[in-house]
Amino acid sequence: MTAQELPIAGDADVVRVRQAVRAAAVAAKLSLVDQTKLVTAASELARNTLTYGGGGSAVIEEVFNGLRKGVKAVFSDKGPGIADLKLALTDGYTSGSGMGLGLSGSRRLVDEFTIETATGDGTTVTVIKWAR
Amino acid sequence: MERLPILKIGPMLLVSIQVDLRDDMVIALQEDLAERIVDTGARGVVIDITALDIVDSFTGRMLATVAALSRVLDAETVVVGMRPAVAITLVELGLSLDGIKTALDVERGMRLLSSGGGSGR
Ligand SMILES: Nc1ncnc2c1ncn2[C@@H]1O[C@H](COP(=O)(O)OP(=O)(O)OP(=O)(O)O)[C@@H](O)[C@H]1O
Ligand SMILES: [Mg+2]
Repeated sequence: MTAQELPIAGDADVVRVRQAVRAAAVAAKLSLVDQTKLVTAASELARNTLTYGGGGSAVIEEVFNGLRKGVKAVFSDKGPGIADLKLALTDGYTSGSGMGLGLSGSRRLVDEFTIETATGDGTTVTVIKWAR
Repeated sequence: MERLPILKIGPMLLVSIQVDLRDDMVIALQEDLAERIVDTGARGVVIDITALDIVDSFTGRMLATVAALSRVLDAETVVVGMRPAVAITLVELGLSLDGIKTALDVERGMRLLSSGGGSGR
């Protein structure tokens, strides 16, 4: 599978991102539980991109580590960035009306999780889930 | 916008979620359910999530909100049909769904509501 880029500009796009991540997870032969974890994390991150980043995109691709297959998803926006990353990654912290579980929870649901962000310069969250 | 159908079955309302949920549909469902509980005087609400392949924090919050608001309106909510992979993921995400009654399927959910409590199993 080649990398697939999807826009995130509305609620319907979040659904499309979930569906594309699911398809990639099935193709990479992730277990059902791992597919569910990755798709749930993707849903959280796509929604953050939309809600806090003012929209952006998701890039989804299959990745390899030796014989191991995985799925990588990158969520980027050009929004305000996250000023206090440690706080944002705390369970229960929300600057809006959420439950503050999106970032901290999706970090638990994937194998690799990185955030690049700078105030005024947008946010990019990269996650990878490997097939077992 | 597409709205989820709410069926009235005796003194209960049943919502069977059969589509990929958009956030705006989730919010609309919450409002529609509150209205229907009041309009019909329903005593119970069964939300069937058998077809849902994920429940994220947004949908989880809606389920908790519906459970809380139905209680205020003198009704009980039961969530039925959660898939095992979804349950495992929810726990790891950090969503406890405390205070939400659950049952394995619609039939057990209905029975739980008409018996007025206990476990849905
Ligand atoms: N892409 C982003 N751009 C700017 N700020 C962000 C972004 N993603 C997250 N944040 C900030 O981090 C906080 C925590 O995000 P998180 O997803 O954990 O919780 P939430 O979205 O507020 O609630 P939930 O996801 O549980 O509904 C947000 O409230 C927001 O302030
Ligand atoms: Mg969030």
